[in-house]
Amino acid sequence: MALCESCRRGFLSRRHDFVAKTLADLTEAMKRAIFAERYAREPGLLQAIDPRVKLVTFLVLLLLAAWTRRLDVLGGLYLLTLGLAIASRIPIDFFVKRVWLFIPIFAGMVALPAIFNVVTPGKPLFTVLTLVGAPCFLPAQIFVTEQGLYGALIFILRVATSVSIAVLLVLTTRWTRLLKALGVLRFPQIGILVLGMTYRYIFLFLHNMESIFLARRSRTVGRSNWQEKERWLAASIGSLLGKSYHMSNEVYLAMVSRGWNGRPVLSDHFTLCRRDWAWLGFVFILSVLIIWVGMR
Amino acid sequence: MTVIFDLEAVGYDYLNSSPALRDITFSIAAGKSIAILGANGSGKSTLLKLLDGLYFPVTGEIRAFGVLLTEAQFRNEAWAFGFRRRVGLLFQNPDVQLFLPTVRDEVAFAPLQLGLSRGEVSVRVESALTTLGIARLADRAPYNLSEGEKKKVAIASVLSLDPDVWLLDEPLASLDPRTGAWMMDFLFSLVEQGKTLVIATHNLAIARNVAHQACVLDETHRLIAHGQADVLLDNKALLLQANLIYNNGDHVLARQVSRALQDT
Ligand SMILES: Nc1ncnc2c1ncn2[C@@H]1O[C@H](COP(=O)(O)OP(=O)(O)OP(=O)(O)O)[C@@H](O)[C@H]1O
Ligand SMILES: [Mg+2]
Repeated sequence: MALCESCRRGFLSRRHDFVAKTLADLTEAMKRAIFAERYAREPGLLQAIDPRVKLVTFLVLLLLAAWTRRLDVLGGLYLLTLGLAIASRIPIDFFVKRVWLFIPIFAGMVALPAIFNVVTPGKPLFTVLTLVGAPCFLPAQIFVTEQGLYGALIFILRVATSVSIAVLLVLTTRWTRLLKALGVLRFPQIGILVLGMTYRYIFLFLHNMESIFLARRSRTVGRSNWQEKERWLAASIGSLLGKSYHMSNEVYLAMVSRGWNGRPVLSDHFTLCRRDWAWLGFVFILSVLIIWVGMR
Repeated sequence: MTVIFDLEAVGYDYLNSSPALRDITFSIAAGKSIAILGANGSGKSTLLKLLDGLYFPVTGEIRAFGVLLTEAQFRNEAWAFGFRRRVGLLFQNPDVQLFLPTVRDEVAFAPLQLGLSRGEVSVRVESALTTLGIARLADRAPYNLSEGEKKKVAIASVLSLDPDVWLLDEPLASLDPRTGAWMMDFLFSLVEQGKTLVIATHNLAIARNVAHQACVLDETHRLIAHGQADVLLDNKALLLQANLIYNNGDHVLARQVSRALQDT
């Protein structure tokens, strides 16, 4: 009996710490992937491509994913991102999880209503609900339509593909080189500045979040209940925002003090090599193909 | 004697909070080292940010190299460039000074921003890393170094700029005794090279060993003394007033008495 009780307690407290632990793990993984540029330093395919070329070609791929109305083309593009991830030595489960973790939440909510005939009229696939004495603005039957399902699938796949393309770009390019490439391509200065600041803000936010979790753990003696935990979470998110803001302001001052004027300067020169031209050619042919298929 | 900084009745307050500095008047000569002494919250860090042209006085004025420091002045890019190249600031919290992916990038940041040639940048980076003894950390990410290591990287990132004027905020904080002693020697060598040092600290040992001059801020954010460092440091009443030392004689006595009573 005593044993059972302690098992149960262990189980419960583990479950209680689940939120904190998940957040802490996520923070650590993000810091390692993005801020320590873990994958951007691997000798992979995309890492070796000039950041300007990468930026332009990935923009083209994004536009194609937004433009095409064909499921097979989108599927192909998605598979292409998987292949590129493998060729760039990004662990595939990490990559896939990162992308699909958010899609059900955001895209799913938008796409779900669209599969029903109320939103998308069309050929019925199966009936969900028959309404008796329905008000006049609702049809008597609610069913999933072929057109609706197709549209929702396209939508979800489009989001997944676009997110994958963006994630690939960020994971395989060192941040300072990306900013520099934006500058070379005449992206407005103020935009680069804002991006740079956002990046540091997110970093400080994660950094502070981690220390708040640790600080709390070190001060917690015994178990706390859910209510306490919720109260603590709400209070600490407030202080987290304030603290991160204060620190990012300081970071900005520290950059200005060392001569930052909004223009990232980099030690490496950009020159195009054969590999870059090959990649450019590949993306060009792919685009022509996709547009040709789409226009037919 | 050339004057580097000249402060005239300088006051500063942060938005919606009480004043951080009031009525500060003194000047800093080239080639001298000056300690800014004061208790926690007396306004030392704020003063250094004002000297570095990151904040601007709300009342009074600051001149640097004979030029009035204003926001408009810093919009003159050529001038701002010259100023940043001549003045380096070591922040109190190394976390805010380190924001790049590797130690090497961090140390290369200032010389690159200030337009040095690539060859010269890499020479400076290597020499700063070896001077600080952190060459082995060059490819690590600054965020997961120890506090003392971060401090060294922050110092290296100012050293690679090689400014004439060093503004240092608590340079000894979080260094172990040996590294602390090394740091003092390092600061001393800067003085010998003819650099101007402004050191904000509440560590009296630094002031005694490195500073020619000192100024003391009290807890009402005013300048209460300014002069030769050793003279000020021998003035016990002044240090007590500024909360830089505290009189613990009474506590010690009380404890001895109570222990004596217990023994009997
Ligand atoms: N960003 C800020 N916003 C509002 N008030 C601030 C800010 N930074 C500092 N202060 C206030 O200004 C005063 C002077 O702060 P400052 O950081 O200059 O003190 P300090 O002498 O460097 O202290 P310490 O020895 O603890 O580093 C303090 O009362 C502080 O609360
Ligand atoms: Mg301070």
